[in-house]
Amino acid sequence: MAEPLLSASGLCFEAGGGRLIDGVDLAIRPGARVAVMGANGAGKSLLLRLLHGLIRPSAGEILWRGRPPGREARQAQAMVFQRPVLLRRSVRANLRFALAARGAGRADRIARAEQALVRARLDRLAQRPARLLSAGEQQRLAVARALACAPRLLFLDEPTASLDPASALAVEALIRDAHADGVAIVLVTHDAGQARRLGDELVFLDAGRVAETGALPGALEAPRSEAARAWVEGRLHTGPAR
Amino acid sequence: MDGFWGALARAVGLILAWDAELIEIIGLSLRVTLSAVAAACLIGLPLGAAVGAFRFPGRIAATVALNALMGLPPVVVGLMVYLTLSASGPLGVLGLLYTPAAMIVAQTVLVAPIVAALTRQVVEELDREYAEQFASLGLGPLGRVRALLWDARYALLTVALAGFGRATAEVGAVMIVGGNIDHATRVMTTAIALETSKGNLELALALGVVLIAIAVAVTGTVMTLRASAVRMAYG
Ligand SMILES: Nc1ncnc2c1ncn2[C@@H]1O[C@H](COP(=O)(O)OP(=O)(O)O)[C@@H](O)[C@H]1O
Ligand SMILES: [Mg+2]
Repeated sequence: MAEPLLSASGLCFEAGGGRLIDGVDLAIRPGARVAVMGANGAGKSLLLRLLHGLIRPSAGEILWRGRPPGREARQAQAMVFQRPVLLRRSVRANLRFALAARGAGRADRIARAEQALVRARLDRLAQRPARLLSAGEQQRLAVARALACAPRLLFLDEPTASLDPASALAVEALIRDAHADGVAIVLVTHDAGQARRLGDELVFLDAGRVAETGALPGALEAPRSEAARAWVEGRLHTGPAR
Repeated sequence: MDGFWGALARAVGLILAWDAELIEIIGLSLRVTLSAVAAACLIGLPLGAAVGAFRFPGRIAATVALNALMGLPPVVVGLMVYLTLSASGPLGVLGLLYTPAAMIVAQTVLVAPIVAALTRQVVEELDREYAEQFASLGLGPLGRVRALLWDARYALLTVALAGFGRATAEVGAVMIVGGNIDHATRVMTTAIALETSKGNLELALALGVVLIAIAVAVTGTVMTLRASAVRMAYG
């Protein structure tokens, strides 16, 4: 098995007197497709921010290709947030800005921004103020911007949660293309269908702990943990099994 | 009230006749105020952005200091600059006292804290929205400040407007360091004070009318720009 791109061991995050992420162990191999699921407030967004290095764990360790993450890890990762953060600029300027932040030269920046526009089918909206786009277009831009940075590992936090089915499929197509190019994907989703379409492995979080892991789609068909079973069956689940 | 309306009519006459003295005073006022606002922005925008965007020890103290300095009384600023520029002061050798340069310095000292304090607030708010995206992109400190200032550009236009309003309206600082010397350092506010005390109401009123017209024009322009920015969701 290939050496993991990113690995976490004993990851904990505490805030406000509570342990919000509790002893998570995880390994993400190159080209992996991990679907992170769990109820609202289970800690999915927190886990992504920890793995991506946006917040520091209270305990535990994260390694990028076996070493503490540094500049190379930052350059090789990208993240699409639950609510897309778009600059007060045009669609095209948003793409060029991200590429500039990643240190791309001027000519390179211009060329890659145009590629990203075409790929996300946003080329006709290139001059439009990014924040005037529809929700679906904004999310496509956020994914396109992340992919323009040519990451090896892409984090996506509920990228289609507020989109209509057609927009969601357009975003899924971008994610699938990225995976075809060899990008590893960690995707938070509430949609079991999406998890099956875009995921190879499941990580099911319950109150900050990994309640269930396994290969998809099987892991969702016969969950072993009470938490995942309750979630799949749509039963209200109020806490970890005692 | 005939005195007032008569004076107002003669004031409008002065403006329409493009009175040379009036034009000279207005020209110097604009030169001093615009130079001071530009200098204050040069100092206040990066300073405010740095305090707003970075976490460092003493940051709260810096914020409090900036906010407190916003309320500096113009006469006190005038006095401080006067002491600095007077013959026996540390910068006395420059010989700037009672020149337009001294007035620009005084108004810069007055306006820079306003620009810095308001910029700090605008930038801090925007940074809260952008911080994680910027961190994810690995943007360096200089890139962050530049991007925040650019994306706040329309809000910062209003900040500059606040500084401009303060500078055009104040009389104490320019009076003390400029001396209100005819054909040299006489600006609209100091001239209004002087002409009023001399009973020369039409020149005072003419200047007052122009001062208000300039304020309305500048405010109107900035508000129009902001409205168009809001339409593009850039505001
Ligand atoms: N910085 C923080 N400080 C304190 N509590 C937080 C912080 N961030 C998130 N939380 C809490 O942690 C829990 C998990 O949040 P989150 O990861 O956003 O859940 P979700 O699985 O829905 O994405 C929630 O109860 C949330 O209120
Ligand atoms: Mg979340």
